[in-house]
Amino acid sequence: MAAIQTFALEKAYSVGFWRKRPKCALRPLTLTVEEGEIFGYLGPNGAGKTTTLKLLMGLMFPTSGSAKILDMDIGDRRMKALIGFQPEQPYFYDYLTAPELLNYYAQISGVPAGDRSRRVQAVLERVGLPDPGKVQLRKFSKGMLQRVGLAQAIIHDPKVVFLDEPMSGLDPIGRRDVRDLIQNLKDEGKTVFFSTHILSDAEALCDRVAVLNKGELRGVGVVADLTTRIQGRAEVIWQGPSAIPSLANLGCECHMIGDVGRTVVPDSLLDAVLETLRFKSATLVSVNPVRATLEDYFVERLSAEPVEVPQ
Amino acid sequence: MTSRIGVIAYNTFREAVRDRVLYNLIVFALLMVASSFLFSQISIGIERLILVNLGLTAISVFGFVIATFIGIGLVSKEMEKRTLYTILSRPLGRWEFILGKFFGLAGTLVVNVFLMALGFFAALLFQVRHFEAHDGWLLIALYFIVLELVVITAIALLFSTYSSPLMSSVFTLAILIIGTFAEDLRAFAAMIDGFPRFIAMAAARLVPNFASLNVISSVAHGQSIAPSLIFYNTLYAVLYTGAALAGAILIFEHRNLK
Repeated sequence: MAAIQTFALEKAYSVGFWRKRPKCALRPLTLTVEEGEIFGYLGPNGAGKTTTLKLLMGLMFPTSGSAKILDMDIGDRRMKALIGFQPEQPYFYDYLTAPELLNYYAQISGVPAGDRSRRVQAVLERVGLPDPGKVQLRKFSKGMLQRVGLAQAIIHDPKVVFLDEPMSGLDPIGRRDVRDLIQNLKDEGKTVFFSTHILSDAEALCDRVAVLNKGELRGVGVVADLTTRIQGRAEVIWQGPSAIPSLANLGCECHMIGDVGRTVVPDSLLDAVLETLRFKSATLVSVNPVRATLEDYFVERLSAEPVEVPQ
Repeated sequence: MTSRIGVIAYNTFREAVRDRVLYNLIVFALLMVASSFLFSQISIGIERLILVNLGLTAISVFGFVIATFIGIGLVSKEMEKRTLYTILSRPLGRWEFILGKFFGLAGTLVVNVFLMALGFFAALLFQVRHFEAHDGWLLIALYFIVLELVVITAIALLFSTYSSPLMSSVFTLAILIIGTFAEDLRAFAAMIDGFPRFIAMAAARLVPNFASLNVISSVAHGQSIAPSLIFYNTLYAVLYTGAALAGAILIFEHRNLK
């Protein structure tokens, strides 16, 4: 069973005061996310990522199209008990403490009364806030609020977790903790759908990614496949400065650190470069094919034509 | 269902209390005690009349201020601060959220009025030394004040579902002022003809008639309140509140949270 399915999901607004004109925040989006995968939803600011999440959470109503989560309509209340959501830069009730807030959300989500205290404590430890005490949330730092945001998203042990920019506002340790948490959720069999700007996080975590730009889906791919693509270029590293002028004559852009040089050349030039290094008595350190990164894919897809994903 | 409304209501009450709303009671209690001393010095024979008028009016005004300024932010503030996102993505109906918010603030106001009434009766006892049978009607006046506050809370909540706190406060205060003079508006409508009469009469019928809920002057003079007035005022407040809440739910059910 698919965890998330959207069928030509679309959202348009009317903008302007006197003369209303339509603005399309999300063009018909058809997408499937399988159960148990970590799915990255990538795109620049204003691409439509948050709009998609709001539509899936029932915070907005689609102009047309539909969506299902765990094979249930997005308006189905039974489904909402099975999902967790962390909005971008979450805000909470200032005058509550973290345990009070989590207890409140647990009650709304239908967590049994006898299980709540244990669940609250466990989830606070899990997000790295084991002893928040009686400090009210208005005194929490941005990073701590982000951790509370994650805690509330998983307090009721959901099957599908939606995270909107979960690394935003976190320091490097916090980012690592959140990455570990997302990986743990996957290990428990949960589906994680998260939007992010930070491509290194998506590359490290995601099974698949989708790229969105200007409200349009520009591509969907398996991260492992995307990052093992060979780009037809090679990175050459050598020792010894004497080869630099000859390599420059070949059109190579060389970078030296101490007496170690590095250049990236097309495969067609590789033999000539190696011959030059041998002729100049430089010591060859390594030759590696250049593989594509998620960033390469992201940049490539931003300018690509919209795609229709086969279902 | 009921439990989820109760959870939202309790949280609304808890936040209002921690937002120091109830601290106005201290101000009120001090005002009451100070006034009882003051007016016992400068009034001869009408100490009770002045104290009842002053006390009940103060309870009513304090209550209106709390109902309006918390009520207008009940939904719009949650939208602005985006606290709604993590609530409405859970198994909770939007209508349950609205009702929870309403009952939470109504509960806050009832507790406020109760505590202010304690201060009022303490000051009255200090002033007149003993209670008389007709002082029981003061409780009915307090009950009517609670009904007024419940109605204005529902109206503030209705505006809060579709406009900013600033505009909601303007609308709510306008309704409050027109409603307070609803009887005068009806009398004015009876004196004029044509389209203006229709407009004036429609406005007088549409806004809540707070004038009929205000019996402060009567009870201050020791007059009794007819049981039929208690019944009709209760029915009126329930129906008006129900209509305002239904409107709030209808709007909020279709609102996109941007």
